Amino acid sequence: MDISDFYDTFFEEAEELLADMERLLLDLDVDDPDVEELNAIFRAAHSIKGGAGTFGFTVLQETTHLLENLLDHTRRGELTLRRDIVDTFLETKDMLHDQLNAYRNGSEPDAEAFERISRVLQQMALDELGQGDAAPAVAAAAEPKPSAELPAVSEHDQEGGDAGKNSTRRLAITLTGVNDKDRDLLVDELEHFGTIVSQSGDAARYQVLLDSTESQGDIEAVLCFIIEPEQLSIHADEVPAAEGGAGEAAATESKPVEAPAREIPEEQKPGQATAKAEAAPARAAAKSGGKSAKGGESNTIRVPVDKVDQIINLVGELIITQSMLEQTASDLDIVSHGPLVNGMNLLQRNARDLQESVMSIRMMPMDYVFSRFPRLVRDLAAKLGKDVELITEGKSTELDKSLIERIIDPLTHLVRNSLDHGLESPEKREASGKSPTGHLTLSAQHQGGNILIEVIDDGAGLNREKILAKARSSGLAVTDAMSDDDVWQLIFAPGFSTAEQVSDVSGRGVGMDVVKRNIQAMGGHVEILSKTGQGTTTRIVLPLTLAILDGMSIRCGGETFLLPLNAVLESLQPQPDDIYSMAGDDQLLKVRDEYLPIIALHHALDVANAKTELTEAITVIVQGEGRRYALLVDDLVGQQQVVVKNLETNYRKVPGISAATILGDGSVALILDIADLHRLDRRKSQQRHETKRQNLQEVSLV
Amino acid sequence: MSTQASMNAVVNDAASREYLVFSLGDEEYAVDILKVQEIRGYENVTRIANVPDFIKGVTNLRGVIVPIIDLRLKFHLDKVEYDGQTVVIVVNVDDRIVGIVVDGVSDVMSLAPDQIKPAPEFGVTLSSDYLSGIGSLEDRMLVLVDIEKLLTHEEMQLVERTAESA
Repeated sequence: MDISDFYDTFFEEAEELLADMERLLLDLDVDDPDVEELNAIFRAAHSIKGGAGTFGFTVLQETTHLLENLLDHTRRGELTLRRDIVDTFLETKDMLHDQLNAYRNGSEPDAEAFERISRVLQQMALDELGQGDAAPAVAAAAEPKPSAELPAVSEHDQEGGDAGKNSTRRLAITLTGVNDKDRDLLVDELEHFGTIVSQSGDAARYQVLLDSTESQGDIEAVLCFIIEPEQLSIHADEVPAAEGGAGEAAATESKPVEAPAREIPEEQKPGQATAKAEAAPARAAAKSGGKSAKGGESNTIRVPVDKVDQIINLVGELIITQSMLEQTASDLDIVSHGPLVNGMNLLQRNARDLQESVMSIRMMPMDYVFSRFPRLVRDLAAKLGKDVELITEGKSTELDKSLIERIIDPLTHLVRNSLDHGLESPEKREASGKSPTGHLTLSAQHQGGNILIEVIDDGAGLNREKILAKARSSGLAVTDAMSDDDVWQLIFAPGFSTAEQVSDVSGRGVGMDVVKRNIQAMGGHVEILSKTGQGTTTRIVLPLTLAILDGMSIRCGGETFLLPLNAVLESLQPQPDDIYSMAGDDQLLKVRDEYLPIIALHHALDVANAKTELTEAITVIVQGEGRRYALLVDDLVGQQQVVVKNLETNYRKVPGISAATILGDGSVALILDIADLHRLDRRKSQQRHETKRQNLQEVSLV
Repeated sequence: MSTQASMNAVVNDAASREYLVFSLGDEEYAVDILKVQEIRGYENVTRIANVPDFIKGVTNLRGVIVPIIDLRLKFHLDKVEYDGQTVVIVVNVDDRIVGIVVDGVSDVMSLAPDQIKPAPEFGVTLSSDYLSGIGSLEDRMLVLVDIEKLLTHEEMQLVERTAESA
């Protein structure tokens, strides 16, 4: 098996770890950080580093490594957190995410960005920790140092290394064939393990003497993230300082020219290399063992979405078969077929339960969406100079995966809008008697078969006059008498923005209409409630899932169609008195005080043998994309839940039809697209007029 | 001798391709058998409005919604009847499953390259674009239909891009 088979798993895992990291960083109380949280952040970084190293994603690995070091110091209390440090950590996290994406797309991450972030992190390490490490290093440098003449690596040394883990020992670390850049990194690294007594050598061979309490294995494990195990050898140097010569080398500190290390007999090298090479796999095995043990603790499994979808499809089939059987069984005599009928009832219940549990696999908590907002709000609020507190409610509310992914963009837009236009600056808020801190609430809850998502701010609210003025100037038909709700709807018009200044946050006016369209495409709708001076609430209502639809089945000329139930307002038999005609062909139906256009389904979809006499047929009052009309059909059949099947998989989009479904008898029924049906009928009427006009012209020519 | 024959057969097999032969009226057509998924009867087709007449509608193929096209209507045959003999060949082209209605399926033939003649440059209803050639087999003539080209062709209005350009 190729290692690249595991790439995806790593990417997924790393993505989750990064998300965790961000969440933890944001939750972190800068003044009094929780050690457990710091540990968790460190572990996340460490795991990513480990994975990146295994798969050879060097840049990712090195960046995480730098971050991990800083985090390590933080959790040990050696580095005091500040807001700007957390910011840098967050920035690093973003960078890691970019790098991860680059690797995922099979490209190399941006080298410049990497350079920059590593400089920032290294600088931070120097600034924040420099004093701590530098002092002992200087002190140590004053003492006479042992030379590079060392005993060859041996069993004894190895054992000694492990046994003497906790007492300070002197270690001689030899680097072979390491370039300057890596070497500096390694030396920085070693400083974290203890006190560097001396360092000398060149690219071909470089030697560092280190006083450390860490075991050889630990040091080696860390260094091996940067270089190959073959390039490294470490041995314990129990011999106290005796020979001179190296003293000067140590005194010259970081970049010595002379390399006493050369004195080491060449033949030692191969031996050391092999010893290390042998040690490496053993460690790797131990590591992976630990990892799988950790995996055992978790109660989740990773399953590709298409497998889940396949199960959902099969269950859908099962439900269809079940309802088919049920229909057949309902004709049987219950007395003579008692057990069968009972069995059918049981089957129905089990099948429904099964369907429900299978559907719940695709459900994800809203936390998946909400968790990305603390960061966004924090960054944006800082940028806009506003003080904002984000409140999230109903994180555990579940929504279909496909919807949850598509709700992110619209919701992001709404949150940005609230921050940019809704919430005022602290000064303005205080001036109008509000608390200087603005509140932005994201909430999600179930309501019937829908999910209700709200973005609530306690900002300035929408400005009625401004919206009306803007609408007039962009040529929309408005009056001062319009209700507030109608005015708020205007902001969903394409190209509409009342922001005085176009910022990079929002105000270009491409937003709200896209938000509305996206939400409608998901089968939901959006509305706005606003009170001047008190804030704005944007309410999004979405169906729980796209895979199942509550439908009303209707008949027209022997064909069965389905109407989405949420589009149906009421149905009635038209009375002759309520029908008015307009411009010859068009007909209107008076329903209470409203005149609704009548659209005949048989006309829009060319159904033969349908009831054409209005008073014999039934009208269903439907609403879609804000349009309301009366749909003329032959009969209502009933209400039922259906599994939605895509027409585009093997065919294409059909005008007036949104999808298809399979009925209990195995036949296909089409699900009507209310808004598109209206457009289709309009087009057909126009065509009809056109042909009529042409015919008239021909007649007059003759 | 027999080894010679079997060797010939092997050579033949390598170069020749198998075709499913079907009839439209009195004419015989053939499609690459590798494109054919299954053959089933014509039943339970749900009509779709506002599409060309040769698109009969959609049907349920074990839970998958599949469009059904009547090639007899597409090729303007005189007699179009739907009875117990009417057959739907379910083909899989361009990652799509499409059913085509024909009058009957006769057999599977193996045609060697030298049995396939280039398609003549004519035809108003059946453009030579969709033909991969003419198979001649003793006294029979098979019109080899390039089903992939035919079904993805704009005229068929089966694929979305056609709808947008229209």
